[in-house]
Amino acid sequence: MTGLLLEWLIKIAVVFAILLTAVAYLSYMERRVAGWIQIRVGPNRVGPLGLLQPLADGLKFIFKEDIVPLKANKLLYIVAPAAAIIPALMTFIVIPYGSEVVLFGKQIALHVTRINVALLYVLGLTSLSVYGIVLAGWSSNNKYSLMGGLRASAQLISYELALGMAIIGVLVLTGSLDLVNIVEAQRGYWFGFLPKWNIFLQPVAFVIFFLAALAETNRVPFDLPEAEAELVAGYFTEYSSMKFAMFFMSEYLNLITSCSLATTLFFGGWTGPGVNSYPWLSIVYFVIKVFLLIFLFMWIRFTFPRFRYDQLMRLGWKFLLPTAIANVVVTSTVLLLVN
Amino acid sequence: MEKAVFIIFAIVAVGSALNLIAQRNPLYSALSLIGTLASLSALYVTLHAQFIAAMQIIVYAGAIMVLFVFVIMLLNTPEDHPEIEKQQWLRYLAIPFAAVLIGEALYVFREIRNITLPAQGEAEHAIGTTWSIGTNLFTQYLLPFEATSVLILMAIIGAIVLARREES
Amino acid sequence: MVPLSWYLILSAALFTIGAVGVIVKRNVIAIFLCIELMLNGANLALVALSGFFGDIGGQLFVFIVMTVAAAEAAVGLAIIISIFRTRESLNVDDADTMKL
Repeated sequence: MTGLLLEWLIKIAVVFAILLTAVAYLSYMERRVAGWIQIRVGPNRVGPLGLLQPLADGLKFIFKEDIVPLKANKLLYIVAPAAAIIPALMTFIVIPYGSEVVLFGKQIALHVTRINVALLYVLGLTSLSVYGIVLAGWSSNNKYSLMGGLRASAQLISYELALGMAIIGVLVLTGSLDLVNIVEAQRGYWFGFLPKWNIFLQPVAFVIFFLAALAETNRVPFDLPEAEAELVAGYFTEYSSMKFAMFFMSEYLNLITSCSLATTLFFGGWTGPGVNSYPWLSIVYFVIKVFLLIFLFMWIRFTFPRFRYDQLMRLGWKFLLPTAIANVVVTSTVLLLVN
Repeated sequence: MEKAVFIIFAIVAVGSALNLIAQRNPLYSALSLIGTLASLSALYVTLHAQFIAAMQIIVYAGAIMVLFVFVIMLLNTPEDHPEIEKQQWLRYLAIPFAAVLIGEALYVFREIRNITLPAQGEAEHAIGTTWSIGTNLFTQYLLPFEATSVLILMAIIGAIVLARREES
Repeated sequence: MVPLSWYLILSAALFTIGAVGVIVKRNVIAIFLCIELMLNGANLALVALSGFFGDIGGQLFVFIVMTVAAAEAAVGLAIIISIFRTRESLNVDDADTMKL
């Protein structure tokens, strides 16, 4: 019992530390990718290649003045950043980031915990993440913030449906809500060379999942809640210092979680050649896959213009949701005929 | 251990519920209801009803309450005034009704001693899974399920008709 | 092992608080929230009994109650919005004529 508890605590601490470091370096990576795409340099002054930039940013955030607007609702204004970052941090615990390894003579499975409704848990926490944004928008007592908050709540509810429906396609194939089982089902090869990834069976579901994930993480071309050309900075206009940084971190955490979930559901998670004999390789495969997906997100950000709000709603309700439902129907019919 | 978990979440649930009716601002009421919903979800997990627990968060906390918060923010309503301004005579009607309710409650408390609860077995671990919910929902309980989907369709149409602005 | 009666008492407490709220509150949205609280009190009793009897029916009933609550929230909030448009008030006492 104590051993198990200790194992959990260590895993949670390690995952927590790695996630927060990853968030810091994603902000660096985002600016470097932006520089590269826009044919300029990006941050390169602090340390070699600018690698210490996140550290400098963190220090700057801590020393900035923490401003609470006079007419703001103080309690909710302070609670909102926490409400944004806590679900973002909690989601990752069910995602398997590697197979089983032997450490100090003990078999250790590389996921923090395993629950039989893991996918529903992820969806539930995703749906809770909207509160941070909405409360921040409302409590700031600023019309731009309020507009951002309202836009965010409508957008997140709409795209959650498409996201859930896209996942059902994968669920029907695997027959399990447990992410560990979903990864296990994707081991092995078809015809000896093609990996058994779900994306080859569910390409439509992946496209819908990807678009909905872009909208859920408020990234371009769906970043209407914080559209700087119209709303200054959207729901976090009034925030400064670490509170602002917490919104920033929760956004990157959501990005990591979405990409990890996409990897787990569609790209075989930690599977890859040589995993059976060298289990540590599984973490490397997982990180590479997630990293490539995050790069894709960033590439899209600096390539496409922003949608208009009516276009966003039309895409979500009139295109993504019907396609996702059709995908579920087709998948289950084919599965029924095959079996 | 389980009792401690129950007590913690029960206190959170009741506390948030009391806060719900104590607050004047509907937004605070809505946020306290989310507290109750979340602690109930935790209690469902202790009852081995994992699927219902997840649905509680996804449907109630994640969809219905977001809709409430959205409407409260959209209307930006003034604070609630609990005083009755119209129909003042209703106040005097409250006394007999309260007496009836209290009498009823006392009767129930007297009768409840004669009822023995069923022998408590270890709660079945397998019944709360998604698989068993799904199989039962689509076999034995198919008719209620279909009736619910018709209900939702009606609700969608009703909501659109009601909330649409009149074309003038 | 938590006794069944604890769950039932908690369920009754939540239901009662909700019922009191429906009577005491004058804001339509607050009354609506109290109704949701009453539904949740009933749901807790259903899930607890379902677990103790080993019968899945209670949990399915809760599932259906949730979908009904979702439908109810959609229609109810639409009605509230249209009442607010014409009356500029959310006090239930102001909505005393049989038209929008």
